[in-house]
Amino acid sequence: MKAALASLRDLVRYPSALVGLSVVLFLVVVAIYAMATIPYSEAIRLWRGGEDIWYQNPKFAGPSWMNYFSSEKKPVSFIASTTDGTMTKVITPGNEDSSKIEITHTFNYEYDTFPQEMILYLNGSYEAKLPFVSIVLLTPAGEEIRIGDMAVDHELTFRFSQDQKLQKRLKTDKVLEALLINPDISDSAPAKGEYQLKITGVTFEKNSDIDAEFVMHGSLFGWAGTDQYRRDLMLPLLWGTPVALAFGLIAALGTSLLTMIISAVGTWYAGWVDELIQRITEINLVLPFLAILIMVGTFYSRSIWVILGVTVLLSIFSGQIKTYRAIFLQSKESAYIEAARAYGASSGRIIFSYLIPRMIPLLIPSLVSSVPSFVFLEASLAVLGLGDPVLPTWGKIIENAFAEGALYRGLYYWVLEPAVLLMLTGLGFAMLGFALDRVFNPRLRDV
Amino acid sequence: MASETVTITGAPAAKKSFANTTFGRVARYSVVRLLTMMVTVVIGIYLTILIANMGGYVDTIMRNEIRDNTTQSILANPAYRQLDTETRAKLIQDKIRLEEQRLGLDQPFVVRSINYLKNALVLNLGRAQHMNSDSGSRQVRLILLERLPATLLLAGVSQLLLFFGSVYVALGLSRKYGSFWDKVTIALSPTSAAPPWFYGIFLILIFAAIFKVLPFGGLVDSPPPKTSFGYGMNVLKHLILPASSIIISSLFLSVYNWRTFFLIYSSEDYVDMARAKGLPARDIEQRYILRPTLPTIITNFALLLITLWTGFTITESVFLWPGLGRTLFQAIGLYDTPVIVGSTIIYAYLLAITVFLLDFVYALVDPRVKVGGGGPK
Repeated sequence: MKAALASLRDLVRYPSALVGLSVVLFLVVVAIYAMATIPYSEAIRLWRGGEDIWYQNPKFAGPSWMNYFSSEKKPVSFIASTTDGTMTKVITPGNEDSSKIEITHTFNYEYDTFPQEMILYLNGSYEAKLPFVSIVLLTPAGEEIRIGDMAVDHELTFRFSQDQKLQKRLKTDKVLEALLINPDISDSAPAKGEYQLKITGVTFEKNSDIDAEFVMHGSLFGWAGTDQYRRDLMLPLLWGTPVALAFGLIAALGTSLLTMIISAVGTWYAGWVDELIQRITEINLVLPFLAILIMVGTFYSRSIWVILGVTVLLSIFSGQIKTYRAIFLQSKESAYIEAARAYGASSGRIIFSYLIPRMIPLLIPSLVSSVPSFVFLEASLAVLGLGDPVLPTWGKIIENAFAEGALYRGLYYWVLEPAVLLMLTGLGFAMLGFALDRVFNPRLRDV
Repeated sequence: MASETVTITGAPAAKKSFANTTFGRVARYSVVRLLTMMVTVVIGIYLTILIANMGGYVDTIMRNEIRDNTTQSILANPAYRQLDTETRAKLIQDKIRLEEQRLGLDQPFVVRSINYLKNALVLNLGRAQHMNSDSGSRQVRLILLERLPATLLLAGVSQLLLFFGSVYVALGLSRKYGSFWDKVTIALSPTSAAPPWFYGIFLILIFAAIFKVLPFGGLVDSPPPKTSFGYGMNVLKHLILPASSIIISSLFLSVYNWRTFFLIYSSEDYVDMARAKGLPARDIEQRYILRPTLPTIITNFALLLITLWTGFTITESVFLWPGLGRTLFQAIGLYDTPVIVGSTIIYAYLLAITVFLLDFVYALVDPRVKVGGGGPK
């Protein structure tokens, strides 16, 4: 315990250890936050759902913070709805059973480009007589543009840019440009200021009602942006963290522990056991690691846990076994082992209680430093299209982005966000492992 | 990499017979090494075949394909139209059985796996299901061999530059231990945690997408330049980004490792002695630091090559480099089993050749390597 504390104090002296440690802690916090706020089933639903879940988001939208770095402000998507009170709804009862419903939404449009789409989802509740609405848009100049009049059935989707009547009335098929344009500026730019969407509805039955949801698809969305299926990238970025950490840590721990145990057993028993382990190591050197993982991924299962198992299995008999073997060969001859043998300790006791514990200081740095390579391995497999089919991971984002040609189309955020997280993870563990190596290997300390 | 057949002893050779000359020693060593290597490769490839066949997966694919093809061809043949359904079904069954017999699918798995092994060892890798070589052949061997030069070009250029570059830089740094650049290298060495394709993304982003000075990927422009000089220059231009991404991804760690290594060796007594004698720095480096550490340097280089061979798969795919790795990537996309298994076998061969060649060089440069002695048990 004292020794561990002393090592910790040594460790804190290295700035790289502090940086690495804080990065790792940050990732752990993000992982816990992701798992606590979005339960697994919810995460899968949001990731694998379908248009019903993602319809509110625009396609290929960048993150909204991009506006801070650009002089040209792009529209940020938003949603307003009467059910959660973001749209005001006033109901005035009229004569007989009819009533008048006024739904308004005021929004500020302070951007330099036009939105992708504006959509109105109307939902009427009625028994026999359909409610009727008329929609108008008030521009900052005070102009009132008639959008449309229609009867509302149970579910009505009104897409501004697709409506043919509106296209005819505005004499153009670029409806959004026509609606938002500022006529005072010669090159086409939207008029900035306060817009008001006004829906005036009439219902003809006692319990009849209208609910509305107004969605504007801008070119930016949320903190992380969206992909080709309108999915919010925040989800895979958040959920990718626990997946990456779990994969990296389990693989690193499993590989280094098993490698150490196997080489200890081989050295202790010597003879044919040692010979066999040596031969297996040599054969393993010739087996193409990634190619075999790819075969397993293509033929059997892409589940991240199967891949994890195969990864550990193939990494156990690595060159590391030879390094450990050389050290075990030395400590096997040392006096304390001889003493243990003299009092009749069993082989198992000597291996697990005397030989291996002394190697732990050597194990820890290599364990921590090997985490990034496994995290990147998972990402690499995902980039090859062999990622877990269910789980949202960082590698899957990169794969999607590449499949959609994100770099060619200038959608840099799509690749950069997961790449930065991967880099952060890699650097964090590598820096920590690096400092640990210097603390536990005094020979390196001076150079 | 030292196997049991290799004994490392500090004692110098006693007699100067043929067996003890450098040539004799290396020749004997290579033969023994070649034999062990061949056994290793055979076992390795057999394991690959076992993995590819686990649960009879490949067989199922082959059986399904036979069934589909035979049924299709009989149903499409007008000569069999008049036959009634039952006779036709029987005909189909017979044909399927014949075809399975021809491909050896009726034999037990052990026999078949030995057959697969024989074919794999002589690179008779079968026919691709969907992919073609550029010359239009369906032979997996031709498809893969056609892509090999591109991989060798990329791997060769980047590895050699990386190796000699990092050893050279590390020697310089170890001379000026504690200097600014030394500290920069130490600080940057964790960047090697990321694989080449990862840096490739950034390089493409910067040099291809934003500055538009280098191509996004590929081997040559389309259409390729007419003169062979222009062609070469064009390939070089396409080589810059993938090669740099490979170099960047391991440069700093490799420089750091070499520097530490040289520092440890330059504090040896005989180096101090040489310094005290007043030998020039260049001589000290070449004769007293580099020469005795050469075997270790070569071992590390081999290990680097081995880990990087298969790591090129994704780098090549990211840069659309038409090498082995990208072929494997395409084969995964098309589910082309023979090509996937074939590439794995080719990779196994490449790894074995690498291990063997470097062992060979190892024997050349390390006078302590002896063959056939009993190992320290």
